[in-house]
Amino acid sequence: MMKLLAALVALAALAFVPAFAGPYPLGLGIGILGYGVLATAWAMFSGPTRYISLATVAFFGLGAYTVAVLADVLPYPLVLLVAALVGLVVALIVGLATLRLAGIYFVIFTFGLTELVRQLVTYYEVNVTRTLGRYVFLPIGPEHIYWQLLALLAATLAIAFWVSRSRIGLALRVIGDDPDVASHLGVRITRTKLTLFSISCVIMTLAGAIQAPRWTYIEPSIVFNPTTSFLVVIMALLGGPNRLFGPLLGAIPLFLLFEWLSANFPNHYSIILGLLFIAIVFVLPNGVLAAGDSLWSRLTRKAVRP
Amino acid sequence: MSLLSLRGVTKSFGGLTAVNGLSFDLIAGETVGLLGPNGSGKTTALNLISGYLPVSDGIIALSGETISTIGPERIAHRGVARTFQLVRALPSLSVGENVLAALAFRKAPVWGRQAESHIERLLADVGLAGRAAQPADSLTYIDLKRMELARALASDPQLLLLDEWLAGLNPTELRAGIALITSLRQRGITILLVEHVMDAVRALCTRCIVMNAGSKIADGPTAEVLADAEVIRAYLGDDHA
Ligand SMILES: Nc1ncnc2c1ncn2[C@@H]1O[C@H](COP(=O)(O)OP(=O)(O)O)[C@@H](O)[C@H]1O
Ligand SMILES: [Mg+2]
Repeated sequence: MMKLLAALVALAALAFVPAFAGPYPLGLGIGILGYGVLATAWAMFSGPTRYISLATVAFFGLGAYTVAVLADVLPYPLVLLVAALVGLVVALIVGLATLRLAGIYFVIFTFGLTELVRQLVTYYEVNVTRTLGRYVFLPIGPEHIYWQLLALLAATLAIAFWVSRSRIGLALRVIGDDPDVASHLGVRITRTKLTLFSISCVIMTLAGAIQAPRWTYIEPSIVFNPTTSFLVVIMALLGGPNRLFGPLLGAIPLFLLFEWLSANFPNHYSIILGLLFIAIVFVLPNGVLAAGDSLWSRLTRKAVRP
Repeated sequence: MSLLSLRGVTKSFGGLTAVNGLSFDLIAGETVGLLGPNGSGKTTALNLISGYLPVSDGIIALSGETISTIGPERIAHRGVARTFQLVRALPSLSVGENVLAALAFRKAPVWGRQAESHIERLLADVGLAGRAAQPADSLTYIDLKRMELARALASDPQLLLLDEWLAGLNPTELRAGIALITSLRQRGITILLVEHVMDAVRALCTRCIVMNAGSKIADGPTAEVLADAEVIRAYLGDDHA
């Protein structure tokens, strides 16, 4: 409860950042919030199930594209609503197709899916609309994007908190531990996984939609960049996917680190990212904070013993 | 009235027929032993009843309604619960959450405040009073078995399937285990138990079914079945018959 209160105060304080920050720090703030939302949403499903999804950017990109396509046609709130619905429909289709897969097959499928979505959008744009990119002209400044993302982050954390305390959250943890036991206890596996996968994907879609006005010019290779998916996995796993604030706490330092790396080592950036991904997935699947916890308890237990 | 009924139930794994034309009935309230040498198909039979595996042929019915065509979660909601031969705890959950997982997803779910007293009582019943907060993966093997039984009972079953639940207990634990199962029987739960501990079978089961190589070779009152020449041969080989 105290933690929750502190979080509310922190969020309220963060809302004032645009009043003081210059354009560059505000840009960093938007980046952190965006990745914080993605990592928290990713962990909501992938934390308990341990299904490593690399489809994050497929939904993120769909959100951005929906805004690019509809910004001139519909009022902005309605555009966001349509984006959420697009995310929901795609999540349900993908979920029904993939959630029976496990382990590495799921990882590969979700990665392949992202490429497929990107290719489909590219094909459509080149052959039907005869342009590859699109311009997004919306009268939405960076401070508005910042506030929208902050609101989305607050909502995402609230949903994650609610899920962690609800029956459906317990169901997901039981499935993550042992799907056979889950079904023998009466857990409806497909429905549970599909529900949480969809919630998670809709949030990712909204994160992309809200950030679309930032780019002004959008094309598939920008908004469907697979690096984003890998980065989100690293952030969530590093921070601890089964803690409410873990993914967010992972997103902050890693976003800053990768900003710095991509600015200073643009040629080695992907290699570093790839190595870090492998290291974290294999070595610390429960996160640095959890590893710290277990180390701490080991040390203190030793200290108690005579 | 028969609670569970199997008719010509068969399960093949590729070329191997693990259960072959198995038929029997369980009357509500009975405690029945399912015996047979290793590999005779006992666990597979339980797996077919609980819906863990689909049948290759035959029909399984619970209170007259076919359950061999529906999935394990719906069979669980009809009132079938089980333990596994190799204990399957939910390792990242606490002991209490393991039990809560059964309470929360059964036909008439129990959740929140109300669940806490249920959990305490169920754990106390199996000798794990006050252990709810402990991580499940910190329990000893015997305590895991207890927890798994508490979890099965939390589902509020009409039919309980126990797969060698008493195996590996020391004499004191065995006595406590037998007393526990006896108390379940007195509550009216129908029990089908796979067991190798013959003292327990004699103490608990009024009736026994014996399988060998996938087929039923005996079915009747415990004393008679255990004296049956074919049963002895199945267990000990031809020399002893
Ligand atoms: N999932 C499975 N796939 C292939 N063969 C299996 C499977 N489960 C059991 N069997 C085989 O079926 C036979 C019966 O096994 P089981 O039912 O475990 O016997 P019991 O419980 O009586 O010892 C054995 O030969 C076993 O190897
Ligand atoms: Mg067995």
